[in-house]
Amino acid sequence: MSEPPGTTVSLADAPSTDVPSKPLTAQRVQPLRRPGRWLVTLVVLVLVAQFIHGLVTNSFYQWDRFGYWFLRPTILDGLVITLEVAALSAVLGLLGGILLALARLSKSPVLRAASWTYVWALRSIPLIVVLIFLYNFSALYQTLSIGVPFGPAFFSFDESKLATDMAVAVVGLSLNEAAYAAEVVRGGILSVDQGQHEAASALGLPKSYQFRRIVFPQALRSITPNYVNQLIGLIKSTSLVFYVSLLDLFGSAQTMGSTYPGDIVPLLLVVTVWYLILTSVVSVIQFYVERHYARGATRSLPPTPIQKLRAGATDLRARIRREASI
Amino acid sequence: MTVKTAEPLADITPAAVEVHDVHKWYGAHRVLDGVDLTVRPGEVTVILGPSGSGKSTLLRVINHLEKPEIGYVSVNGELIGVKQQGGRLKELSERAILAQRGRIGFVFQNFNLFPHLTVLDNVAAAPVATGRLGKPEALELARELLGRVGLAEKTGAYPRQLSGGQQQRVAIARALALRPGVILFDEPTSALDPELVGEVLAVIKDLATSGTTLVIVTHEIGFAREVADRVVFIDGGKIVEQGPPHEVLDKPQHERTRDFLSKVL
Repeated sequence: MSEPPGTTVSLADAPSTDVPSKPLTAQRVQPLRRPGRWLVTLVVLVLVAQFIHGLVTNSFYQWDRFGYWFLRPTILDGLVITLEVAALSAVLGLLGGILLALARLSKSPVLRAASWTYVWALRSIPLIVVLIFLYNFSALYQTLSIGVPFGPAFFSFDESKLATDMAVAVVGLSLNEAAYAAEVVRGGILSVDQGQHEAASALGLPKSYQFRRIVFPQALRSITPNYVNQLIGLIKSTSLVFYVSLLDLFGSAQTMGSTYPGDIVPLLLVVTVWYLILTSVVSVIQFYVERHYARGATRSLPPTPIQKLRAGATDLRARIRREASI
Repeated sequence: MTVKTAEPLADITPAAVEVHDVHKWYGAHRVLDGVDLTVRPGEVTVILGPSGSGKSTLLRVINHLEKPEIGYVSVNGELIGVKQQGGRLKELSERAILAQRGRIGFVFQNFNLFPHLTVLDNVAAAPVATGRLGKPEALELARELLGRVGLAEKTGAYPRQLSGGQQQRVAIARALALRPGVILFDEPTSALDPELVGEVLAVIKDLATSGTTLVIVTHEIGFAREVADRVVFIDGGKIVEQGPPHEVLDKPQHERTRDFLSKVL
């Protein structure tokens, strides 16, 4: 009532000052215009177009040579080696990581210290140093034996026979991977609620069952994304095995590059595209593994891409129908 | 039953639970200060006390989730967590302690159901894991117990899809699956919305009338009056007084008991 007469705005008056239209209650709110967003979209599109244009038209990339090399047997052989080394190291590294994490979380101070020291050492030493060290290991120790220190040996191996290039690569990568996996697994185990340990314990479940069936499956929910991150790093780290004379994907391309120096750029592109494919495959697997372990943790599972598409299509149809009805 | 104090056992049947002069410290803080408690078979004991009085710790000492520094506990005549050897008490192996816990049910304030397992698997897990039942028999038992707590149609659900009251009833079924001689309840309704408390108390009451030995830590005075054979009031790590509900709740002898009851009633 404090407003001077004449400035009062009432809903009934409003339409008279505007273009004659429907009453306010029947109108839809006009969405806010966002010119900045359109501008940014335009800039990004131009940049992307330029990049693609460059990729396609620049003769420097030699896409015909890329096509020639992409499925060559040497490259595919290299890819197989990469996959083998990565898969073996991923599995062995994870197993080692689980053991190290359990040791670190155990009640024994000796195990805890040993695990901590291992992780500290292996995370400090560059992988390439570990690999080359192992490569020269057979010169340092000709035979490996299991027995009492300074006492009799029960088993001994001729190390030069055991240490194939493949074994050196897998052992080196696994040793390194285990140190990182240990921290990922430990973090996952610590993320499981203390009440779960107590409940398992109060029910008298055997220790191994508690870990395998109660704690670890719940830990996997937080382990998976972190370990996949680790795994993608590992796949790329396999390119270092070239230095222990193993011809992996990168190694094959590198060798071919020195034989055909004119093809170095297309060969690098071949390697890049293969690594992109490998990472993409791992990411897809990650989505489904995470979805599997989300069971029970969330009330409903995250939708798969196909479910999302379907939901999107349904939404769009509903929206079109709504627009048409107004 | 009107057992007023924990007296040495005269009759032949062993006490369902016997707590003998238990002391427990957390660092320098004394949580339990010489607690003696005897629970007869089939008896329902409700433990009351202000927060921090040691009542939850007392319950956790009974199934050895907490180790007492001094004193011992026995359940159905069997020492818990320790054995007598050459006149001394020696710590049992972890495996043996786990086996003993399988004979004592425990229901937590926060349910602590296993979120990654279905309701049915939550209940069936322990009998299978401890090797008491085969998988089909365990599932059969789990279905029967879930029916008993009124959740027959929720067997395939995951715990987080259930209400708090339903989760706590699953937790009770899970504890029952091991056919325990004694069931311990640690504030079973404290984490529940008020309108869900009733359904859980109804299940506990059903157990009480069926003759199972129960030890219940709770703040539900009305419930204590209704189902308890004995009410134990604990404060500062000591049992202040105990007796039938109509004595302890209506004619408390001690100042501290009166003080506590005037606050919660």
